[in-house]
Amino acid sequence: MFTNNTEVMAAALGPGPMVPAVFRVQRTKKETSDTFTMELLPEEGPQEFAFAPGQFNMLYAFGVGEVPISISGDPARRSVVVHTTRDVGPVTSALRRLKPGEGLGIRGPYGTGWPAAEARGADVVIAAGGIGLAPLRPVLYQILAARQHYGKVVLLYGTRTPADILFRRELEQWRSRFDLEVCVTVDRAVGSWAGMVGVVTKLIPRAPFDPHSTIAMICGPEVMMRFTVQELEGRGVATENIYVSLERNMKCAVSFCGHCQFGPAFVCKDGPVFRYDRIQPLMAVREV
Amino acid sequence: MVNRVVRKNVRRRPGGVAQTAAFAVCGRFGLVRNPAARRLIMSDSDPPGEERFVFECDQLDLLLAALKKHGYRVVGPTVREGAIVYDELRSAADLPVGWSDEQEGGRYRLLKRSDRAHFGYAVGPHSWKQFLHPPVRRLWQASRTQDRLEIVPEKDDPPKTAFLGVRACELHAIQIQDKVFLRGGYSDPSYKARRENAFIVAVNCGHAAGTCFCVSMQCGPKVGAGFDLALTEVVEETRHYFVVQAGSEAGRQILGEIPHREADVSERTAAERIVSRTAEQMGRAMDTTEIKSLLYSNYEHPRWESVAARCLTCGNCTMVCPTCFCTTVEDVTDLSGKHAERWQKWDSCFTTSFSYIHGGSVRPSGYARYRQWMTHKLAAWIDQFGTSGCVGCGRCITWCPVGIDITEEVQAIRSAAPLPARENEENHGNA
Repeated sequence: MFTNNTEVMAAALGPGPMVPAVFRVQRTKKETSDTFTMELLPEEGPQEFAFAPGQFNMLYAFGVGEVPISISGDPARRSVVVHTTRDVGPVTSALRRLKPGEGLGIRGPYGTGWPAAEARGADVVIAAGGIGLAPLRPVLYQILAARQHYGKVVLLYGTRTPADILFRRELEQWRSRFDLEVCVTVDRAVGSWAGMVGVVTKLIPRAPFDPHSTIAMICGPEVMMRFTVQELEGRGVATENIYVSLERNMKCAVSFCGHCQFGPAFVCKDGPVFRYDRIQPLMAVREV
Repeated sequence: MVNRVVRKNVRRRPGGVAQTAAFAVCGRFGLVRNPAARRLIMSDSDPPGEERFVFECDQLDLLLAALKKHGYRVVGPTVREGAIVYDELRSAADLPVGWSDEQEGGRYRLLKRSDRAHFGYAVGPHSWKQFLHPPVRRLWQASRTQDRLEIVPEKDDPPKTAFLGVRACELHAIQIQDKVFLRGGYSDPSYKARRENAFIVAVNCGHAAGTCFCVSMQCGPKVGAGFDLALTEVVEETRHYFVVQAGSEAGRQILGEIPHREADVSERTAAERIVSRTAEQMGRAMDTTEIKSLLYSNYEHPRWESVAARCLTCGNCTMVCPTCFCTTVEDVTDLSGKHAERWQKWDSCFTTSFSYIHGGSVRPSGYARYRQWMTHKLAAWIDQFGTSGCVGCGRCITWCPVGIDITEEVQAIRSAAPLPARENEENHGNA
């Protein structure tokens, strides 16, 4: 029914599916006023942490709780686990307060990844809204590491204000590349912003890609993803070539707790990355 | 046969999840350890043989004794607080001897029978999931010192348990939960350990409640497979006996330890007749024709408004359902702040917190929550686990404080909606 990720499951960390492994914070970097990136090392000493871009981990803050957070690091850098998180609740807030050397729990990696392999030979459109850039960054690293295998690569990124732009320095570096098209837009221009203003979907009509040979990967608020798909479809991209990453409440991440159900799908196991044509009818229904 | 209303104070505690979960917790179980005797009894245990045996009713205690000798604690039906619940049995006298029940939407009453039948009632508010998938369970403990965080998994060594009185619908429910916890890619070690330690004594139903519809779900009333022993209770004017079938090697071994003889033709026939008569007494029916596509194509049906207007979103249906498996987790710390624990608890899709992500609940309306429960149970379950999530036990109807009836809701959607085209089903099958 969905992508089979049994192999990835087998690679999951830890003694049982519900028991976290202990990691330590190596460093935490402030990204914007409410987002931060943590680099985490395993307590047990150096070991490889393999994941597919798009997958997530369950992060446990001692005594507070556990949340699903996408992995935002480079899949080629296996010695460290990288998460970029927005501080929106008690757990993410506790994670943010962790100092270098302090411990936290990790279970994972879980779920399906972006279709980097399927996209070989095609153009790639990566569309992100807000914190949605974090789960997409690993696949961009992956594609750039094998750049010659892809056609045009376009990154479309929208945030609320210029101050909310994630990974700003990296975006500027990417923008300076000739083999990568980077377009950033903001909802509200404040301060000295001289770039684009408007929603991310506005970037699609002029973006350089061949709609008949394109794989699109989208992550952002659900409404942003729906409109982005509409725009892409309008340019002729088939929905079976469009992938989105969904967010749902997750308690177990291994399809036992039932919280993340989206129709017949368990977002933790069958997602978070879905081929759009497979969930399209449900995306149109409210409160699924 | 049934002649007197005895208790009226059962049911209707619209307090919802916490209270209903609490009544399902059973204490005072001794721990019996015998890892060497562990074995796996699953739906793939040997097909039950054709032989039928007989033992007299007063020998039922010998069966309990044999199970105890093999290290099993025996749990089964017993009367408590005006309902038939499942708890540890000291002897056959703890069974609801001479009791029956009367069940309707939002209504459960115990009634006295005119005979001394031991299993002359339908299922009550408990199901066996409380033993295999406990309502509350610690997953692990964590401790934090100056420079170290340590997480210690819970040691899970469940006692060997014999379930006495498992009905056909409940056997199906156990097999459905096997698919959820053991065959979905990940395996739940706690469920697995409990399942491996279970000995199942099934009982064919001699009485159907007004809310029973196992026949339409093809889950009863005749016990199929997946048991160690299956009993049919025969109560005659002058004789009271059990016709027994063994469904596994372990079952044959236990049977071998109690006096029994081969059933004769009249005894076999009597037993058969009891089950077929029960099948004719079903209080309800559900038309399951193309039910997956029916529900997938009716996400916006006006009936959901109607049911939402009645539903209290209390979650009772999910607590009493023998297949509902959803859980949440709770993190606790002690006062020192150095010790933390993570507990798993039954949860219900009827709460708003169930689907909460930062910013709000995905399903704030009762409309969406009832729709989620029923569409999952009867349609999405088929895509997820290859089987319906409903076994037709009728508990959700009986224990609904306002008597919402899942069979009636399906019928309402069906009668107001033309049967969807098949291609529709295939489209959704991918989703």
